[in-house]
Amino acid sequence: MSQTTAPEIAELANREYQHGFVTDIEADSAPPGLNEDIVRLISAKKKEPDFMLEWRLRAYRHWLKMEDPTRRKPSERWAKVSYPEINYQSFIYYSAPKQQKKLGSLDEVDPKLLATYEKLGIPLNEQKLLSGVAVDAVFDSVSVATTFKGKLAELGIVFCSFSEAVHNHPELVRQYLGSVVPYTDNFFATLNSAVFSDGSFVYIPKGVRCPMELSTYFRINAANTGQFERTLIIAAEGAYVSYLEGCTAPMRDENQLHAAVVELVALDNAQIKYSTVQNWYPGDEEGRGGIYNFVTKRGACRGRKSKISWTQVETGSAITWKYPSCLLQGDESVGEFYSVALTTNRQQADTGTKMIHLGRNTRSTIVSKGISAGRGQNTYRGQVKILKNAQGARNYTQCDSMLIGDQCGAHTFPYIEARTASAQVEHEASTSKIGEDQLFYCNQRGISTEDAVSLIVNGFCKQVMDELPMEFAVEARKLLGISLEGSVG
Amino acid sequence: MLEIRDLYASIDSTPILRGLSLKVNPGEVHAIMGPNGSGKSTLAQVLAGHPAYEVTGGQVLYQGRDLLELEPEERAREGIFLAFQYPVEIPGVNTAYFLRSGLNEVRKHRGLEEVDAIDFLALIREKMNLVEMDENFLKRAVNEGFSGGEKKRHEILQLAVLEPRLAILDETDSGLDIDALRVVANGVNKLRSPERSAIVVTHYQRLLEYIVPDFVHVLARGRIVRSGGKELALELEAKGYDWIKEEATASA
Repeated sequence: MSQTTAPEIAELANREYQHGFVTDIEADSAPPGLNEDIVRLISAKKKEPDFMLEWRLRAYRHWLKMEDPTRRKPSERWAKVSYPEINYQSFIYYSAPKQQKKLGSLDEVDPKLLATYEKLGIPLNEQKLLSGVAVDAVFDSVSVATTFKGKLAELGIVFCSFSEAVHNHPELVRQYLGSVVPYTDNFFATLNSAVFSDGSFVYIPKGVRCPMELSTYFRINAANTGQFERTLIIAAEGAYVSYLEGCTAPMRDENQLHAAVVELVALDNAQIKYSTVQNWYPGDEEGRGGIYNFVTKRGACRGRKSKISWTQVETGSAITWKYPSCLLQGDESVGEFYSVALTTNRQQADTGTKMIHLGRNTRSTIVSKGISAGRGQNTYRGQVKILKNAQGARNYTQCDSMLIGDQCGAHTFPYIEARTASAQVEHEASTSKIGEDQLFYCNQRGISTEDAVSLIVNGFCKQVMDELPMEFAVEARKLLGISLEGSVG
Repeated sequence: MLEIRDLYASIDSTPILRGLSLKVNPGEVHAIMGPNGSGKSTLAQVLAGHPAYEVTGGQVLYQGRDLLELEPEERAREGIFLAFQYPVEIPGVNTAYFLRSGLNEVRKHRGLEEVDAIDFLALIREKMNLVEMDENFLKRAVNEGFSGGEKKRHEILQLAVLEPRLAILDETDSGLDIDALRVVANGVNKLRSPERSAIVVTHYQRLLEYIVPDFVHVLARGRIVRSGGKELALELEAKGYDWIKEEATASA
């Protein structure tokens, strides 16, 4: 039985970046700090049209007037997380795409890192890509990607980087960018709007069902999109798309602050399924050096009978602060949120969702599973708001917390506001501890304590795992097990 | 097979076992009887290695090794199986997956190849027939929403799958109706062989009509006060436990 613990794995990933990747940033990067010239530089480097520059500048000017939530006194903060003040002038806001130095073969890669990949069941070629080994022509992911892109293009589906979309589909970007998360939304979303580097863009035309999970084949290439990522997904009338974000392999990034924005738009009868597995560097046992993940994710069910479903498995980051939300504007539209958040060591997660019911007979479902181990702090914060015109709206919320050990914490803050009498809101919550008796029962059947914890936790999360696309779910299950190694006993 | 020498054990600093000795040879079935609170279940839990119990004295040898040195999962892999009096629910964990995980740990330990999902299904079907369990159980979560009788059958199913050398049945008969009792006993009897032994902990003589023991021991105040053949069980049934308690008090 391997003794590798979650922080060790993260450390290995870190080491890998030190040895395996050489970045050539000096030749083409801005000086640290943020001012209007930097915003102009970013836009110019990307050769953006004027409307983009103007939008960025409006965001930047607005940002200057906003209060930084990290400077609030702890007593005035609404989120249950603590962190030092962030110095925004110390960041570099523009650097050219990083070049990776290729290794000759997997033999040159740290065997411990390979063992981690092995445990996660990552296919050999993906292992090579992840660890920066040159891939031979036959298996070249770029050619695979090109093949799929051709197939998608035939259906009229646009799936490209945000920068490409700005050039090739400016009318779509102009129409939808900021239409769900306006540039004035919140401190981090506004900062993102001013300086975002790149991200993904998806457009599914009317009546088209996207035939594959988007980003399964591209996830590694898409991983290196920087700290201010921006994603925009539009599903036109009757369209369907399932989008996967993230990676189960341990990820280390030099950028400590991640402030991404994701906007989803679903028109009449359209469906968007958005799945995330996030495993960023959580910091060492004392929480040093971990990523701050402050993300704004929101979907607008704009059309009648449209549906947006968020599924997330969060095991990484030092601090996670995110609330994937749904604006249920269209009558009979449906919003769903399925979440697993795991915190170990000194990790803090304050996550949940907002379901804003605007249309009639709108429905939302929230299933949140929080697992705390070590000295982890896990908070569910959810808001269900049913406005006056949302007659017949319904919500079901289920929040379950599991504690492993006695130094961790679980907290639940549900906010419910119903302004129409015909609304139905249900809330269920539970907190459980992994029992000595459950562990002993597994032990008595020959199952080690570590495997038993993983088994019990996966059982606890089953409802959410079942929502993940198959391939992702298999990796996510293993990820939970690995993240919990060493947390008991 | 198993030799318990002068065993003392306590829970939350309360002594329960006080100098218990017992020898079980291969192929033998020993029944442990006694009044409530005499330490029957404690004996079962201590042999399986429950962490809540502290062994404060004595020795347990299992196949010549010091059993008390082994972790609970190591004891299980070495062939000790405890059929729980109160089987634990594990929500969301598929029963088939749970059973296969346990079996594969035991097989790995014995140097055998792991069983894949398809071979396992064939194996489990045969065993389920033995305890007259419906295949739908495999799709349910471990013990979740099982009735008392279903939980006990599930314990015997696991016993049949894991094929232990030493089976310990902790009041498996409690809460069972006569049909379920017959099914459970039948499952246990099918597994009897010259290499395998069993310790059957029970309060009532009834189970022993179906699982006929080679020896019967009476436990009182944490030690064995009387041993005999299967006829001792009948004597207890007729006379009750009071005379045993009195004897134990008198000798203490």
